[in-house]
Amino acid sequence: MPNGHVAPIASATGAMDGRDSVGQPAENEWSRSGAILTRRRRFLVLSGLLAASVVVIVLCSSFGAAALTGSDWLAALRELATPGHGDSAAAGTAGVILFQLRVPRVLMGFLVGGVLAAVGVTLQALLRNALADPYVLGVSSGAALGAAVAMLLGIGATSMLVPILPLWGFAGGLIALVLIYRMAQSHGRLPIHSLLLAGVILNAILTAVIMFITSIMEPARSAGLMAWLMGSLTAPGWTGLMGTALYVIVGITFLLYHAPVLNVLTQGEETARSLGIDTERTKKRLYALTALLTGAVVSVSGMIGFVGMVIPHAVRMAIGSDHRLLMPASVLVGGMFLVVSDTVARTAFAPAEIPVGVVTALAGGPFFLYLLLWRKDRMV
Amino acid sequence: MQTQSSLECTPGQSSADPAIAVKDVSFRYGTGQAGRPWTIERVSFYVAAGEVLGIVGPNGSGKSSLLKLLAGLLRPESGRIGLMGHASTDLSPIAVAKILAVVLQEQAQIFPFTVAETVLMGRFPHRQAGWWSLGGGADTARDLASAQRAMAETDVVSLADRPVSELSGGELQRVMIARALAQEPAILLLDEPTAFLDINHQLDICGLISRLRDERQLTVVLVSHDLNLASQYCDRVLMLKAGRLSHIGSPAETIRPDVLQTVYGCNVVVDAHPQTGKPRVTMPMSRP
Repeated sequence: MPNGHVAPIASATGAMDGRDSVGQPAENEWSRSGAILTRRRRFLVLSGLLAASVVVIVLCSSFGAAALTGSDWLAALRELATPGHGDSAAAGTAGVILFQLRVPRVLMGFLVGGVLAAVGVTLQALLRNALADPYVLGVSSGAALGAAVAMLLGIGATSMLVPILPLWGFAGGLIALVLIYRMAQSHGRLPIHSLLLAGVILNAILTAVIMFITSIMEPARSAGLMAWLMGSLTAPGWTGLMGTALYVIVGITFLLYHAPVLNVLTQGEETARSLGIDTERTKKRLYALTALLTGAVVSVSGMIGFVGMVIPHAVRMAIGSDHRLLMPASVLVGGMFLVVSDTVARTAFAPAEIPVGVVTALAGGPFFLYLLLWRKDRMV
Repeated sequence: MQTQSSLECTPGQSSADPAIAVKDVSFRYGTGQAGRPWTIERVSFYVAAGEVLGIVGPNGSGKSSLLKLLAGLLRPESGRIGLMGHASTDLSPIAVAKILAVVLQEQAQIFPFTVAETVLMGRFPHRQAGWWSLGGGADTARDLASAQRAMAETDVVSLADRPVSELSGGELQRVMIARALAQEPAILLLDEPTAFLDINHQLDICGLISRLRDERQLTVVLVSHDLNLASQYCDRVLMLKAGRLSHIGSPAETIRPDVLQTVYGCNVVVDAHPQTGKPRVTMPMSRP
C-alpha cells in the first residue's frame, strides 16, 4: 500500500531502472514480428513500391495500339536527350507516341490513382469507417457537379495552370463533404449502413442534377461530358500535367504530414482530444484538403470509383494500419492500380477504348461486396 | 495545502499541491442557454496526489460529465479546475495530455492496428518529430521503453503483435490502460473500467489500479457503478446526486445505508467485507 518515499511522479528514468536490460530485445522482437512500424520496414516497403511503380509506368507506356520495345524506348530517349541526332524516322515516331501520348497519360493516371487512394485513407480515418471512399460517399459526384456547372457556363477550357475547373470541383466536393461531416458530427461516428445510405442518396441527387445539366447541353458537348463523367483519362499536355502534379504533390505532402494525427484520430474523437489534438480544427483542415484533392482529380479524370476504398483496404491488410506507412504506400499502389486499369481500358477492346471508371468499378465493386458480405466483423 | 479532512492521503506528500483541485465547477450541455438544467452544479473537491478517488452515483447524475470536465474534454461554464497546481485553462492541450491520461468507455476498434502500435499512440503528446520528417518520424527508444513498461504493467506484452480488432473485452481494456500509461501521466482518469467484464477481469483491472497507485504514485479518478469496487479499491468515494456533490469521504464514511438511501433512494444491506472489513453492499431480499 502507500510506500513512504516520495518518488517523482511519472518519472520514467527512476522507475525504469532494471528494465533497461530487457528494453532492447523487446524492441527487436517487436520489429521482427511486425508489431511496430520500424524505420527499416518503412524504407524497404516504400523503396520496393517505388521501384515497382517505375516498372509499371515503363511497361504500361509500352502497351497500346503500337507496342513498343526496349530499343524503341532507348531510341526515343536518345532522341529526347540529343534532338537532331536522330538516326531514323522510326525513333521519332516512337518518341512522339511515348512522350506526347503515352507517358503523360500514364503519369496522369498515376497521380489520379495516388490521390484517390490518399483521399480514401484520410476519409476512412476521419469517419472511422473502413469503407469510406470519395466515390461511394458522393464527394466525387459533388466535385463532378461543380466541374459540370463550370463546363455548362463554358469556363472549363482554361489551362490546368489556372486551376479554374479544379476549384469548381473543390467547391462541389466541399459541399458534399460538409453534408457528410454534419451527419458524422451528430452521431459521433457513422455506422456503416448510415454511411452507405447517405452516400447512395447524395449520389442519386447529385447525379440527377448532373443529368439535368447534360440534357440541356448541346449534344456534341454533352457526349464529351458523359465520357468524362464515366471516368476517363486522356493524354494531357506537359504543362497541364506539371500543373496537376504540383497541386497533387503539395496536397499529398500535407496528408503525409498528418499521418501520426490520423493514427490517433482512429481511436475516437474524445481520445484524440485527450492526447492533445485540436480535433475540430484538424478535422476541418483535413476535410477541406480532401475536397481540394478530389476536386482536382475529378476535374481531370471524371468519376473513377472504388480506388479510394479498395486500395487502402488491401494495403492495410498487407502492411498494417499505421498511417505513416499506409498513406505513402497507398499512394503508390493506388497510382499503379489506376495505371494498370487504364492500360486495360486502352487495350482490351482496341481500337475501342472503354472508360477507366468501368474497369476500376468492375475490379473494385466485387471486392467491396466481399467486404460487405463476408467481413462484417471488420467494419461495424 | 491539504485540510484535516484528508484522512486517507498518502503520508509524505502532504505539502504538495493536490493533483486535482475543483472549485465551484458548473456545467450544462448547450452552453449559455439559461433554461437548460445543470449537468454539474457548483461542485468543489480536490484529489490528493497518489490517491484513488471513486465517483459514484445514480444513472444520469453526471458522473461521466464530471470525468470529462476533469479531462478537459468538456469546458466548465463557471468555476476552476486545477491540475498539479496549474489552472487547466492555462495549459495547452498537449501540456494537459502530458499530465493527464483518460480511458473512456470502450469504443469498437475498427482498424487492425497491433496492440504495440495502439499503445504507442499514447506517446503522441511526447512526439518530437519535426514537420520535415513529413509524418514519417519513427518511434524513439524512449517511446518504445515507455510503451514496453506500460505493457508489462498491464500484462499485454504477449499480445504485442495481435490486431486490437480481434481482442476480447478484458484484453482491450488493459491495452487502453497501457496506452494511457504510455503517456506517462501523473493523473489517470477511468470511465467505468470494469463495465462488461467478468469477475476475473474485474479483479485484474482493480489489482492493476492499486498497483499503479503504489508503484507509479499515480493519482487515479475512476467512475463506476460498482459500489463494492469503489469501497474496496478507492481511498475516497465521491457521491454525485443530480449533478451536485452529495457526499465525499472514505468508504467507511460514504458507503453507509443512510447515505446510500439519500443518494440512490433505496434501501440496501451494508455489512463488512470478511477480509478487509471495508463496507460491502448487498441488495436486500425483495419485500414480501
